[in-house]
Amino acid sequence: MGALVEVRDLAKTFDVSAPWLNRVIERRPRQHVHAVDGVGFSIERGTTLALVGESGCGKSTVARLLVGLHAPSGGSVRFDDRDIAQALSGRDAPALRRRMQMIFQDPYASLNPRWTVLQIVGEPLVEHGLVAGAGPLKARVGELLQSVGLAPADMEKFPHQFSGGQRQRISIARALATEPEFLVCDEPTSALDVSVQAQVLNIMKDLQRSRGLTYLFISHNLAVVRHVSDRVGVMYLGRIVELADKRDIFAVPRHPYTRMLLDAIPDIAMSGRARTPVQGEVPNPLSPPGGCTFHPRCPHANERCKTERPALSEFKGVQVACHAVAEGRI
Amino acid sequence: MPALLEVKNLRVEFPTRRGTLVALDDVSFDIEPGEILGVVGESGAGKSLTGAAIIGLLDPPGRVAAGEIRFQGRRIDQLPAEEMRRMRGRHIGAIFQDPLTSLNPLFTIGHQLVETIQAHLPLDAAQARRRAVELLKETGIPAAEARIDQYPHQFSGGMRQRVVIALALAGNPQLIVADEPTTALDVSIQAQIIALLKRLCREHGAAVMLVTHDMGVIAEACDRVAVMYAGRVAEIGPVHEVIHAPAHPYTVGLMGSIPAMDQDRERLLQIDGAMPRLNAIPPGCAFNPRCPQVFERCRVARPDLMAAGATRAACWLHEGAS
Repeated sequence: MGALVEVRDLAKTFDVSAPWLNRVIERRPRQHVHAVDGVGFSIERGTTLALVGESGCGKSTVARLLVGLHAPSGGSVRFDDRDIAQALSGRDAPALRRRMQMIFQDPYASLNPRWTVLQIVGEPLVEHGLVAGAGPLKARVGELLQSVGLAPADMEKFPHQFSGGQRQRISIARALATEPEFLVCDEPTSALDVSVQAQVLNIMKDLQRSRGLTYLFISHNLAVVRHVSDRVGVMYLGRIVELADKRDIFAVPRHPYTRMLLDAIPDIAMSGRARTPVQGEVPNPLSPPGGCTFHPRCPHANERCKTERPALSEFKGVQVACHAVAEGRI
Repeated sequence: MPALLEVKNLRVEFPTRRGTLVALDDVSFDIEPGEILGVVGESGAGKSLTGAAIIGLLDPPGRVAAGEIRFQGRRIDQLPAEEMRRMRGRHIGAIFQDPLTSLNPLFTIGHQLVETIQAHLPLDAAQARRRAVELLKETGIPAAEARIDQYPHQFSGGMRQRVVIALALAGNPQLIVADEPTTALDVSIQAQIIALLKRLCREHGAAVMLVTHDMGVIAEACDRVAVMYAGRVAEIGPVHEVIHAPAHPYTVGLMGSIPAMDQDRERLLQIDGAMPRLNAIPPGCAFNPRCPQVFERCRVARPDLMAAGATRAACWLHEGAS
């Protein structure tokens, strides 16, 4: 079993300059934000890679780059050994699109309110020509709805007749319609209540087991990530600062940012474990600090951290981008 | 000493064209001076509405239909609007979820703080400004003297929430109603804000009613917790007991559905179904269609809060148990 998805040195820059007139009159320069800045990872077939990080760290941009919703500014994404930027512009683009689907965060915004569930879940089937005729289409949509725990009779209803959790199941059913191998899930449970989140996470795990799905799971919730993932990448200001197996990252977090994130999780068991208080905020991505971008918040930062940007490198089986770890200071 | 806040049999209704919706039904609890009471529940459980009823900010047509709210022994649910307005801020402060919408974007934060301080305390402009700077420093805003003249958009989300906390504390209230104060923030900021809220309320001797959907926040911050379901209190008790030995089947399900950091489970415990809509609350216990331990009585008679171990739960399973 090889890697299904391989991402190398992926970058995405957005132009956030002021309008032309303001630039001319106020002599303001062009401005770019490096939303994703040299990200690399691979995802094995049938496994889940989770990307975690705070708002603005670029995790959703990575998700969009992977399914081709954004064109990368640099680097490459290979899916099943083919470059997707090329493949998606080629003649067999639909065949590739069929194999990867996305689930979005907000189940209220990602379903067309004027369409019935039959139209919503059936659209990819019709679009890709997978089903011919109204009868087979209904039968297939019914099957899909059943696989996510809804009733086939629900296909006549509109999205507003469902609760948030049920809507998210509809988006999962829609994503599964083309029988994809790879699902990109961008915060699929963040908008849901915990008991509903549990239902959706359970369904996603069941589907992975029964269909051998590969997931890229984007989340800011480390407890959820710990539950669903096999490998975890921690992102900070557009870069991966630590990439490791779930077991390693939660047992022995290496990067100071990973440690900080873990320390920030409320201690629900009330075990009274010792924690260092979290300090500072994420800097403005328009003018990130030089060197290691985490250095202003890092308790272990020294001169080298302020000037030289650490590369992601192998350290005792995990990948960490930190001078302090590499030098054995922590 | 009487409780700081007593809520008794509170019922909030929304009259609509298609009949009256009962959003809160028979909700009772107390808050002691200096105590942090958490109110937790899923969307639509009525937790924010409870907070809104206490600070007298129910959106019309919502109204308190029965029951009473007493603050320091005095009834406040029937107060005329003008008197309630004086009460808010001076005695009961409020913190809302979104720090950007609770600050006026057209005024500097200093202006807003000074205005609030002068509305409640007999200070002149210079004194009020000094107090505002002090408050900002207390809430951990760096370079408070300079930042006081900035506008809300110049602050980050976490910093804005600090300003909102400073505003809530400006009148030295005895009670603060905080409605999802950390929900809009990132985890690392959330931890800072909870720690800050806890510390400041202790220092100022203010009690807090902390409304949230996040059990983790409750565990971090609260002394006691009330778990709400479909407009009623399902369970209330000390935080430690509710988390480690929940008595109500809903609380058990709620706790089990939270992915834990310290144990591996292949599947999360799930409560099937969803909370009923207000116009379709089942007879008997509102949780009965989803309850794994349901029996005949639950479908016909509605349980009130009763002693259940160290907590109190509205569940027939505990009848006569203690």
